[in-house]
Amino acid sequence: MMSTLRQKEAPALPKNPDATAKTPVWRHSHILDVDDFSPQEIELIFSTTDAMKEVLSRPIKKVPALRGKTIVTLFYEPSTRTRISFELAAKNLSADTVHLSTSASSVTKGESLIDSLSTLQALGANVVVIRHSQSGAPYLAARYLEASIVNAGDGWHAHPTQALLDLYTIREHKGKIKGLKVVIIGDILHSRVAHSNIWSLTTMGAAVTLCAPPTLLPAGLGHEQKHFPKVSLEPDIERAVESADAVMTLRLQRERQQSGLLPSLREYVQLYQLNESRLARAKPDALVLHPGPVNEGIEISPGVAHGPQSVIDQQVANGVAVRMALLYLLVGGKSI
Amino acid sequence: MKPLLIKGSRIVDPAQGIDDTGSLLVSDGVISWLGKKGDTSPSADSDIIDAAGLVVCPGFIDLHCHLRQPGFEEKETIATGTRAAAKGGFTTVCCMPNTIPPLDSQATVDYVKSTAVEEGVIRVLPIGCVSKGREGEELAEMAELASAGVIGYSDDGNCVVRSRLMRRALEYSWGFGRPIIDHCEDTTLTEGGQINEGIIATRLGLQGIPNAAEESMVARDIALAELTGAWLHVAHVSTAGSVELVRRAKAKGIKVTAEVTPHHLTLTEEKVLGYDTNAKVNPPLRSQADVQALIQGLNDNTIDIIATDHAPHTEEDKLCEFGFAPFGISGLETALGSLMTLMHQGYLSLNTLVAKLTSEPARIIGDEHGQLGTLAVGAPADITIFDPEQEWVVDTRHFASKGKNTPLADSRLKGKVMATVYGGNLVYHDNALKLKTKG
Repeated sequence: MMSTLRQKEAPALPKNPDATAKTPVWRHSHILDVDDFSPQEIELIFSTTDAMKEVLSRPIKKVPALRGKTIVTLFYEPSTRTRISFELAAKNLSADTVHLSTSASSVTKGESLIDSLSTLQALGANVVVIRHSQSGAPYLAARYLEASIVNAGDGWHAHPTQALLDLYTIREHKGKIKGLKVVIIGDILHSRVAHSNIWSLTTMGAAVTLCAPPTLLPAGLGHEQKHFPKVSLEPDIERAVESADAVMTLRLQRERQQSGLLPSLREYVQLYQLNESRLARAKPDALVLHPGPVNEGIEISPGVAHGPQSVIDQQVANGVAVRMALLYLLVGGKSI
Repeated sequence: MKPLLIKGSRIVDPAQGIDDTGSLLVSDGVISWLGKKGDTSPSADSDIIDAAGLVVCPGFIDLHCHLRQPGFEEKETIATGTRAAAKGGFTTVCCMPNTIPPLDSQATVDYVKSTAVEEGVIRVLPIGCVSKGREGEELAEMAELASAGVIGYSDDGNCVVRSRLMRRALEYSWGFGRPIIDHCEDTTLTEGGQINEGIIATRLGLQGIPNAAEESMVARDIALAELTGAWLHVAHVSTAGSVELVRRAKAKGIKVTAEVTPHHLTLTEEKVLGYDTNAKVNPPLRSQADVQALIQGLNDNTIDIIATDHAPHTEEDKLCEFGFAPFGISGLETALGSLMTLMHQGYLSLNTLVAKLTSEPARIIGDEHGQLGTLAVGAPADITIFDPEQEWVVDTRHFASKGKNTPLADSRLKGKVMATVYGGNLVYHDNALKLKTKG
C-alpha cells in the first residue's frame, strides 16, 4: 500500500479572468501545510474562492463539480466548526462525505492511524481530511494513502485551511496582503493557526508581529534564518498593535495556566487581552480576527469581539468557500 | 585451525603508536607476528587475506549498545545484534541493561553472557544497572554485578534522576574500579520533548528538548564525581555546553570520561524535517554548532571515545505519528561509514578515529577481559579490516540487525568494513575481499 506522492495535472480552472490570465499551475496532491505554497498558488486559491463565493450566493448553492467523489473527514480530535465547514464545502460540490471520529483516548499507538488509513484506502476515498493531535500525522497519511490528504489541523504544527481563510478575509477587506502589518497575539507556541498564518502571510508579503508571554513563544524566532519566516517579536501588546492593519488573537487554553506556563489567567488578561483601548492604537480600520472558539473576556474583550472591526463571523463564512476551492483544486472536476 | 596472514595493508594500532605498511599473522586465536613491509611471514602454510589498499586495525569496541535481549527480541537479539556489530567492524560490544528483566543481578548478566557465547559471534560485555529494576530508587547489588563481570553501571534510557542515589552509586562503585555511566537528562525539562529545541522544532510543531536538560545533569554529575572522587562516564554527549563542562572537569582533575555517538557527530536536527521517525533519538540530533563542538571535543580528548548507542526498533515501532515513535537509531552497521565522512572532510584523522573506537574504549574497560583494542603480539586476534575509500549506499534490507531504523537509509557513505576477525575467526567478510584459503 506504500505509494509515492503523485503529481497531479492541473484541473480545469473555474471561469475567472484574473486566474486564467496568469494560469499558474496547481502542483499539490495534498494540502499538508502552507510552507511550500508560492504567492501565485495562494492567489490561485483566492481567485478560486472568489468563484466559490459566487456559487454560494446563488439560490441553489450546489454545483456538480465533485459528483461521485468521496471525501472522508477523519478526526482524532474533537472539532465541530472545522468539520462542519469541510462537510458543507464537500456537499456544495456534490461530493459524498463520510465522517470518522476516533476518541483521543483510544489513540495511544500509531497503529490505529495506519489501520484507519488502510480501511479508507480500501473504501476508495478520494480525499481524506484529517485532524490529529500529533504534529506530522497528515504527512504519515500522505505517505501511505493514494487519496489526497487535507490537513485540518495537526498538533502544534499547521492548520493550512484556517490560515488561507484568514488571509482571504483580510484580502477581501484590504484588497491585498502585501505590505500590511498583521499582529498575532497569544499562545503562539501551541497554535497551529498562528504557524500557518505566519507562513502564508509572509509568503504574501505581510509583516508579522508576534505578541505573547515568552513562555508561550516557540524557540528560535525573531531573527533571520533558513527554516522559518522572519517575524518581529514584541512582548508589549500596546507597542505590538501600534498602527496594525489586522490583529489576530488566539484562544488561550486554560490548561496552559495549569501546566505552569502562566502564573494566572488574571495576569494574562491584564497583559495580553485585546480590548478597546489597545485596539485603538492600531489603524482605525484595522481588522480583528480570531480563529475561534472565542474565550470572551480572556484573550479578547466582548466589545472587541463583537465590535465593528471584528470579522470573526466572516471568517467562518469564508471558511466554506476557501475549503470548496481547495477541494476543487485538489480533486479537479468538471466546470462549476 | 590454520594460521591467517593479513598481508600488505596499512596497519593502524594507536595503542602501540603504529601506522605503517605491513602484515600480521594470527595463530591460535592470538596475534602471533607483526611484520613491516618486506618482512617474511614466519608461517609458510596459512590462509591469506590480501589487504593491499585496506586499513587493518584492532577490532572496534562499542561501549554503548542495546542488544534488546531479554525482553525485546522482536527488536534485536544477541544473535542478530552481534552479527550487526561484526558487520560494522566491532569485535567487542558492551550492552546496556535496559532489558526485561533488567541486568540488575548476577543471573541476568550470566544469561546475557552465556547467550552471547552460544549464539553471538563476538565478545559481549554487559553493563549492569545502577538501581534495582532500573527504578532509580535503590542501589542494585553492585558488588555482585562487578563479580559477574560488568564493565560499568548504568540505568541508561533513564537518567539517574535522584541526586542522592547518584551520589550513593558513585560512592559505592568507588571500590570496584568501574564507572557510573549516566544518561544525562533532566526529565522535568524534557517531558513531552521530541527533538532538539530550536527553529526546526518550531517549524514542525514538535516539543523541543533544550541543551540545558543535558547540561544541567552533566554539571550535577560532575559535581558529585568531584564530591565522591568516583568515576563518572557521561553517555552520548550531544551539546557544546556538555563538552565544555567535561573539558573543565578534566582540567580540574575530576575523574570523568565521555562518549559521543557517530550520529551526533555527523547529523543535525535538520534530518527530522519531513517527520522522519528514524531520526528521532535521545538525546536528539542537535545543531551544527553542537556538532562542531563535539568534533573539537573528540580531537582535544575531552571526549574519550565514540560509542554507537545502537538502539534497534522494529519497523512497526517507527511507523507511526512522530510523537508516538520510540527514540533510537540502529547504528552499528553505519558507524564506520559515517565517521569516515568526517575523516574524508578533514575533521578527524584516521588515527584519532581508530583510537576512539579501539584503544580508548579498551582503556575504559580495563584489562579484566583480556588485552583488548590492540594488535600487540599475544593479544586476542580481534581485527577489523576496512576500505577507507570504498563508497557504498546504505541499504537497510541488507542489515544484519533487526533494527532498520536509521536516518542514513539510502545515503552514500565512503568507507566500508571488509572483514572482521574475532579471536582469530573470520566472523564477517565482504564478498569483494580477496581471501585465499589453503587446503
